[in-house]
Amino acid sequence: MKKIRTPQDLVTLRNSLLKQRDPNKPSVRICLGTGCRARGSIDVLKAFNDEIEKHNLEIQIECMQTGCHGFCERGPVVVIGPKEFFYQQVRPQDVAEIVSKTLLNGEVVHRLLHIDPVTGKRAVYEHEVPFYKKQTRPVLANNGRIDPTNILDYVAIGGYQALVKAITTMSCEEIIDTIEKSGLRGLGGGGFPTGRKWRLCREALGAIKFVIGNGDEGDPGAFSDRSLMEANPHSILEGMIIGAYAIGANQGYLYLRAEYPLALKQLQTAIDQAREYGFLGNNIVNSGFDFDIKINRGGGAFVCGESSALIASIEGKMGEPRAKYIHTVERGLWNKPTTLNNVKTWANVPLIINNGADWYAKIGTAKSKGTGIFSLVGKVNNTGLIEIPMGTPLKQIIYDVGGGIIGSKRFKAVQTGGPSGGCIPEELLYLPVDFEKLNEAGSMLGSGGIIVMDENTCMVDVARYFLDFLQNESCGKCVPCREGIKRMLEIITDITLGKGKEEDLELLQELAETVKGFSLCGLGQTAPNTVLSTLRYFRDEYDAHVIDKKCTAGICKNLIEYFILDGKCTGCGVCLKLCPQKAIQGEPKKTHIIDSAKCTRCGICRGACTFEAIMIKSGVD
Amino acid sequence: MINLIIDGVKVQAEEGTTILEVAKFYGIEIPTLCYNAELTPYGACRLCTVEVDDGRRTRLVASCLYPVKEGIRVKTHTERVIKGRKMILELLIARCPNSKTLQDLASEIGLEQVRFKMENEDCILCGLCVRMCAEHMGSGAIGFVGRGKKREVITPFRMASEICRNCGACMYICPAVNLQCRGVNSPGALCNSCLIITPQCLEKYGQVMCSQNSCGACVEKEKK
Repeated sequence: MKKIRTPQDLVTLRNSLLKQRDPNKPSVRICLGTGCRARGSIDVLKAFNDEIEKHNLEIQIECMQTGCHGFCERGPVVVIGPKEFFYQQVRPQDVAEIVSKTLLNGEVVHRLLHIDPVTGKRAVYEHEVPFYKKQTRPVLANNGRIDPTNILDYVAIGGYQALVKAITTMSCEEIIDTIEKSGLRGLGGGGFPTGRKWRLCREALGAIKFVIGNGDEGDPGAFSDRSLMEANPHSILEGMIIGAYAIGANQGYLYLRAEYPLALKQLQTAIDQAREYGFLGNNIVNSGFDFDIKINRGGGAFVCGESSALIASIEGKMGEPRAKYIHTVERGLWNKPTTLNNVKTWANVPLIINNGADWYAKIGTAKSKGTGIFSLVGKVNNTGLIEIPMGTPLKQIIYDVGGGIIGSKRFKAVQTGGPSGGCIPEELLYLPVDFEKLNEAGSMLGSGGIIVMDENTCMVDVARYFLDFLQNESCGKCVPCREGIKRMLEIITDITLGKGKEEDLELLQELAETVKGFSLCGLGQTAPNTVLSTLRYFRDEYDAHVIDKKCTAGICKNLIEYFILDGKCTGCGVCLKLCPQKAIQGEPKKTHIIDSAKCTRCGICRGACTFEAIMIKSGVD
Repeated sequence: MINLIIDGVKVQAEEGTTILEVAKFYGIEIPTLCYNAELTPYGACRLCTVEVDDGRRTRLVASCLYPVKEGIRVKTHTERVIKGRKMILELLIARCPNSKTLQDLASEIGLEQVRFKMENEDCILCGLCVRMCAEHMGSGAIGFVGRGKKREVITPFRMASEICRNCGACMYICPAVNLQCRGVNSPGALCNSCLIITPQCLEKYGQVMCSQNSCGACVEKEKK
């Protein structure tokens, strides 16, 4: 393999690739991201390969696997080139029809098109789907266009041009100036200006410096880092190499969550290929600059996403944070100056170098530039991976991109930033998504999870869920976080069990404020956000639990009762047979009765009843 | 030398020293549990938290770790700080009610009630023994195991350690287990029997008013 030594080498390689690739050749691009894989896209890929082989079309049709397209709700997603038809929920049995109709004759298979649930209109092309139409996707754009396991795909779409440009034509100062001017901020949630971080690290004393890519995404409901690492690993590597060159680092580390085996595979392949082409290793692009990247896998601790705990983990110590009064840019990994950025931040770097700082600074708001990548999940019609300009109102994200709430349910709250974020109520849906505005509302941007909740969600239970998560994930080093979260959980659990007292709410507030102010690291300091924000915006629900012993959403088992509606029950006996507690009695064709004393509120009967006869009531009416 | 202000007093300190060290040098008391002058500061108990105003913003920092910087204003006993310290002690006493060290600190700061369910642990997980063993005895026979509420100090794999010399340094330095509270109240409750030793100031102000034994009893304002 010929290594890229000069800018001309890269141009030659790219031109030869573009010559080989006919843009008008029929092609199939199948999403093999985690979401689509779970829905069987590997079988679809195999079916395509078999079908193409059967018809001897290997030369005429190009079949490739790609990373996450984003529309996970409708997976497996298949895009048919050159006209870019967008097919969703494709099963292996649909493949023969797609090959014969679309690939060979250019006809559309209408039943595989996406139908907008609001207007009922079918979308033929990807850009017509409302989910994509409302997004701006500079970072994710290439996810669905390249095979993450093939560096040549990345080079063909213009990859590594930014690296060659930065190393051959720009000085380190110029690179940092460009990043600083672009206004790029840490997309892992901290929001620290990336350019300033790089500058501080460059100016820090010491000959040995490090860069780290943080891919330890652990929030429940977040998968944006994962999808990016799986779909476009080279963009992260390219950003890291440029950063390392600007800072003066010769070794980089990618810290990867233990539970992301596919991301590990794709990144390792990418690193090996980048070495082969000379983008990593000694004397990169003949500049005398040496740099290499090593992947470190986490051990399953959420707290290791925190920068100082992550650094301790790479050093082989226990994954515990330390106080950062001396910043990691001065003393980080092995006490050497270290720049640590989230993988999403790194992936933005090549785009800024290629398109210029002004291009990036034009997107977003005055203080939060660029786009944000979020995993939109929960009770919305279109769940998936989204990218939107900073400053987009939450309402637009949920209703335009997300397609609104599932069914005819009412919106209740949206949680941003995972366990560290807060719950935002309906009256604040106009809030633009940027670092400052979300902080003011008591939430945060965090790692980029947006969890939408409908009226059937109990906010006290949500707070309990996140506290339970954090109780297990707190490292336990400092007292406020370890003991405080445990006690907050204790109080909230009592409330959900109907044992809450009025003074508990006051204690909860006081405790939450102490944990927020006195904890050692970001995990503890943000842990009470869910409690504080639900207390602030959904106080009535806490009061209902504590004073009236009611759970209006019908979630907290000790506060609800199941009963059977007289008019609707047909006496079919399904619930009676399924009830594990034998709590349901009744004769055939007569309304059944639930014995509340025996009922454990497991909900099996309610799920099985086809007549919607089983209802939940809370409190004594 | 670095100039800073602690509780309104202009002081000087050498670069690299922490706020806690400077405060101790000037006779300003800040309560600690996981700190020992001979060991690496750890920042786990958070009792030594103070308010630091660096000109841009005021924030809470652990004084045992925060290196002094030119021009900062430190307040060691503000209302916010005392409130937090009280809550931390309340949490700790709920965990280890029989430790005299904790009960004394609680009496001193004027903690009147523990609102959490009482447990009966011995260890407060301050990590003094772990650091003592590793840094001074050169052994490293004990360490932390587990995360969150499962965290504990133990030998590797819970087996009798081959490198432990039974020197007892860990027991010597432990602030929690050595001294048991033998107060008049039943074991496992807030004691406050030793309260009479340090008379509590009845007058309340928004900040600390004396520099002798800065317990902070005078800090909290009357409840409205």
